[in-house]
Amino acid sequence: MTGFRRLAALLLAALALLAGATACATRPPAVDPPGPVDDPASAFPAKVQIPGQEPVTLAQQPKRIVSLSPTATETLYAVGAGDQVVAVDQFSDFPAQAPRTELSALNSDAAAIGGQNPDLVIAPDSATELAEGLRALDVPVLLTPAPASLDDAYRQIEVIGQATGHTKAAKNLSGRMRSDIERLVESTPKPPRPLTYYHEVSPDHYTATSQSFVGSVYALFGLTNIADPAGGPFPQLSEEHIVQANPDLIFLADTKCCQVTSAAAAARPGWNALTAVREGRVVELDDDTAGRWGPRVVDLVRSISEAVKKTQHG
Amino acid sequence: MPVTALPRTRLRPSHLLLGVAALLLCVLLAVLTGAAELGWQRVLGELVAQVTGGMSPLSEREAAILWQLRVPRVLLGALVGAALAVSGAAFQGVFRNPLADPYLLGSAAGAGLAVTVVIAVAPELAGGMSVPVQVAAFTGALGGVGLTWAVGRVSGADTATLVLAGVAVGAFLTAGQTFVQQLRLESLEQVYMWILGRLTTTGWREVLLVLPYLAVAVVVLCLCGRLLDLLGTGDEEAAALGVRPGRVRALVLVAASLATAAAVSVAGLIGFVGLVVPHLVRLAVGGGYRVIVPLSLLFGGAFLVLADMLARTVMAPAELPIGVITAFAGAPFFAVLLYARRTA
Repeated sequence: MTGFRRLAALLLAALALLAGATACATRPPAVDPPGPVDDPASAFPAKVQIPGQEPVTLAQQPKRIVSLSPTATETLYAVGAGDQVVAVDQFSDFPAQAPRTELSALNSDAAAIGGQNPDLVIAPDSATELAEGLRALDVPVLLTPAPASLDDAYRQIEVIGQATGHTKAAKNLSGRMRSDIERLVESTPKPPRPLTYYHEVSPDHYTATSQSFVGSVYALFGLTNIADPAGGPFPQLSEEHIVQANPDLIFLADTKCCQVTSAAAAARPGWNALTAVREGRVVELDDDTAGRWGPRVVDLVRSISEAVKKTQHG
Repeated sequence: MPVTALPRTRLRPSHLLLGVAALLLCVLLAVLTGAAELGWQRVLGELVAQVTGGMSPLSEREAAILWQLRVPRVLLGALVGAALAVSGAAFQGVFRNPLADPYLLGSAAGAGLAVTVVIAVAPELAGGMSVPVQVAAFTGALGGVGLTWAVGRVSGADTATLVLAGVAVGAFLTAGQTFVQQLRLESLEQVYMWILGRLTTTGWREVLLVLPYLAVAVVVLCLCGRLLDLLGTGDEEAAALGVRPGRVRALVLVAASLATAAAVSVAGLIGFVGLVVPHLVRLAVGGGYRVIVPLSLLFGGAFLVLADMLARTVMAPAELPIGVITAFAGAPFFAVLLYARRTA
């Protein structure tokens, strides 16, 4: 009995020691003291909020940013926050100097991302569990949903600018994008009759309707989407419907992922009967600029503008 | 057991006629309907014009929709449905297990792993059922069955061991597939779509591709109907009647696996056809495999043509993966069947 008591006392003492050690441990601050920010509008601590998302409070300017969203990565570099980025996910392939890792919002856990010792993580809004895990580690997480319109995309760029201490640069960037896009749209003559289009996301005829962000970009030119009757933002469209609808313009946003070319599309059964194929109005897009809502969306607008112009000049 | 214990139902001409009529009717119905509203009268007019050489009521684009998209797809559906159902009937006969289906022996898992590897290595091959994907699916399906066969042979030759080996091999290969998918996350979507099954064609190519394999397998399986009935009486009884159970089993498994592999290679994984159709036939006309095998062929084709017609039209102009339709019909049926067996 005495032996048993001694053992229990020993265990309890060890436990108390351990608890004491943990409680008294002093740790270095997780982040460096705030450095100079590039404009007076970026003051920290800052509370930033993307509409529809939880507000995020940043005690100081983030110095170790992890981006798990290709769009956010492009935006970070465009607003001048590239130096603060320590890791980006495996799909963030632009700009080339972004430090790509094997991380992914799809299958990385909070511990793996926490291993980068980040002071801000930017992720798609689908990564809610990951965000919870990171918040438990006291890492601020900015979730970025796909926007419904260009205005939402500009707003997102500005929030990322504010969150990283580049408010002014982000405002300048969104203003520049806005005026570039407006100029492109204005310089594109309105076709005599409304044109229809098909925007292909995959060779299985997954597409984007007007309900999607990319659909809202086409809408700037008054184009009618042949997929709209299918409903939802990204339906799989029946090939029969595509051939019957006979769109004036076909945009291929699966040239990188699946190496679809306008020649390959023309060789599909039934497609030789399409006016767009016969008249060379199948446009090969860059999948990335057509699938992201960052600064390069201007390139997408330019491609659409050129395609619309071409319909009027033969 | 005396020979008189064999199922006595013979394949009646009326049953055969009913099967042929059902298949032709479903094919016609499916050709008349689709996402593109061509109008069934005009499609009928086009069919008549083709036969008689008269004036076609369809425009060039509409004719392209009918002849290059819809008709090959309907025929492919008939072939794939026939292949899966006839294999299902054969597997149920070989294993003397009414819940066996073409995917039981690791063929689906083998095809899944092989296709995932191909899509992960060369994602540009994923769309539109490219030839490498078809070859991968075909060899993967046969490889999965081969592996199951090898494991089953080592562990013992009885059917229960083979089924267990199939489950183990299937689980292993599926884990391999998941592992590869996690390594290459960008392939997730393509693999997922393939697994759900699809009958989108690139014209007549798939129809011609699957036809020879299916023809060989179907002839073998239909000829083996009586042998499957003999196996049903037990291995010893069958042997006493001059049948070598091991050889029959191997022959039927090879033929059924070939038909399944051909179907999987062009249409992805379409579940439940091989389970549901032979059971419906058994419930409707009863009898032995001499009846069930050929009728499963006809009704399997009809079933999948109808399922695909729904997949094409229920949400038109959007598509539903055909696997969703067959599982919607198949899963409740499976449950009812289990319940009926329990209460019988």
